[in-house]
Amino acid sequence: MNKTLFDKVWDNHLVSSIKNGPDILYIDKHLIHEVTSPQAFDILKERKIDFFRPEKTIATVDHNVPTLNQHLPIKDLLSRNQVKTLTENCKKHGITLFGLGNQYQGIVHVIGPELGITQPGMTIVCGDSHTSTHGAFGCIAFGIGTSQVAQVFSSQALLVKKPKSMRIIINGNINENVQPKDIILYIISKLGTDAGNGYFVEFSGEVFENMTMEGRMTVCNMSIEMGARGGMISPDKKTIDYVIGRKFSPKDSILDQKIKYWKTLKTDCDAVFDKEYELDGNLIKPMITYGTNPGMAMKIDGTIPYSKDLSFKKALKYMGLKAGKKLLGKKINYVFIGSCTNSRIEDFRAVAKIINGKKKSKNVNALIVPGSQQVAKQIIDENLDIIFKKSGFEIRQPGCSACLAMNEDKIPDGEYCVSTSNRNFEGRQGQGARTFLASPETAAKVAINGQISL
Amino acid sequence: MKKFDIIESQMVPIVTENIDTDQIIPARFLKSTSKKGFGKNLFRDWRYEKDGIPNSKFILNNKKYKGQILVAGNNFGCGSSREHAAWALKDYGFDVIISSFFADIFKGNALNNGILPIEVKPEILKKIFDVLKNEFKTTAIVNLHDQLFEIKDHNILVKFKIDNYSKQCLMNGYDDIDFLLSQRHKIISFEKKKKW
Ligand code: SF4
Repeated sequence: MNKTLFDKVWDNHLVSSIKNGPDILYIDKHLIHEVTSPQAFDILKERKIDFFRPEKTIATVDHNVPTLNQHLPIKDLLSRNQVKTLTENCKKHGITLFGLGNQYQGIVHVIGPELGITQPGMTIVCGDSHTSTHGAFGCIAFGIGTSQVAQVFSSQALLVKKPKSMRIIINGNINENVQPKDIILYIISKLGTDAGNGYFVEFSGEVFENMTMEGRMTVCNMSIEMGARGGMISPDKKTIDYVIGRKFSPKDSILDQKIKYWKTLKTDCDAVFDKEYELDGNLIKPMITYGTNPGMAMKIDGTIPYSKDLSFKKALKYMGLKAGKKLLGKKINYVFIGSCTNSRIEDFRAVAKIINGKKKSKNVNALIVPGSQQVAKQIIDENLDIIFKKSGFEIRQPGCSACLAMNEDKIPDGEYCVSTSNRNFEGRQGQGARTFLASPETAAKVAINGQISL
Repeated sequence: MKKFDIIESQMVPIVTENIDTDQIIPARFLKSTSKKGFGKNLFRDWRYEKDGIPNSKFILNNKKYKGQILVAGNNFGCGSSREHAAWALKDYGFDVIISSFFADIFKGNALNNGILPIEVKPEILKKIFDVLKNEFKTTAIVNLHDQLFEIKDHNILVKFKIDNYSKQCLMNGYDDIDFLLSQRHKIISFEKKKKW
């Protein structure tokens, strides 16, 4: 008994190992969307390969769908064609698709857990790097390229080199105003955007044990921003309670058996990791990024550090910021609350609590984009929409939206946006757009105050 | 896939570190349903000004530098898993990329598209950049069979690492799908045994 959680899940899915080469890993669930799948379907067609296990693939449309008037044909012809191609491909191969207008459509990493597709101890892949989100359930979940999408189509397996193992332990009391997003931004800023290169990370310690499932998803979602292949958290009672009763969750006697298995998914106490970090939860404060990668983050009331590094200087230049300056008080015209990092109902409840009875600042354009149709419905069921509208926030329909600006939801050139998404790369939210990553709570406060504020 | 052979070529240096896939191919160009034609938008926002005029300062617009080998700063290909980045590089004409570190997913994507990523020590990378700054015409030889990268005029000789499986794939021009298809029987018997 000296296995890590990761080892256990990996070994349970190991078909075989190639000498001096990768392992063949069996994949339980394959999630696909319109942008990274068409060329994979083409490969099947060109090479006359049959789709091996269509029942294990689930499709949705999210990356380039509009967030307004989803009942109308998509205006952008290229986007429309991608969605149409996915629809045709799914039909041809008998794949379940949650397309526009379907009550279960949404961002792929939001709908997986929400529908109970994501279950503890699974291997899950998707042609999208933030597949790591599903690691919150003790899954080995990671993003793959389109050739690999085609590999899973053809064999329900992948050739992968087993990554090294890393554990990040955080104990201590978390300040009341600190959110899961702050915790992961803190981790990345401390360890660096390349600290996880070649590793799969397990998060453990009180801080993660006490976290909600939604919070764990936020953390695992961004684990890849430190270079890791993915992140995972051992399933516990909270995980099991979350999974039970969802659309695709196991039921009855199968559920009982599964629960027995899920309970074994823990790192043995004598297991050894290739690398281990321990951070102090008491030290974490609300965070914000100031640069063009998620590791360039600091306490929201901190000052931008100095560095001689050329890439660092290039980043500050792009952001129009200076070292030694504070961000507090900086005027902000755009706020985006959405993306697979923070667009679950819990995030919107937190936002509603902060803005209830207050009006957004006049200069601010505040966008609320639910992660899925189910979340959108819940927002209405809980009357949060009334609060948002009264405060002057605009509620849109589900999709990736301004997270990667493939649809019309773009931040204009040179403008600043406080965003709850996961990437602040140059041009990520639109050409020339400047992104500050922060928690939904911080984003809500910025919208009300019209400036970066505590 | 084309078989990978010995390549002798000039090099194109991009010194910037942490080049993410959003820079290699911005998201707005991902709307295609085919693999072709991404090369013209490779490094789009560095290559062109906002009004569409080529940025004369960017290296791909400098006619002096050309070739099948891209030399890039540390941590190349980080960020999104989009394979479009590899397609864009290949379509533009790069068959080899040299850096001191590659992001995991990118490396896999590159290999799956017949691009050879070669990792060299940071000192060597710096040396190559220094050489190219002054002598843009310098050529390098990449010999996959012997796993050698060589710049003869400057005494740079690197034995690079590649796992045997990926090497065989590149040299024979077959890919992971061919291999996995040949393993379907094993996968089927695994499914029968698999409890969870
Ligand atoms: S919300 Fe953003 S990060 Fe998440 S899947 Fe969509 S594009 Fe990717």
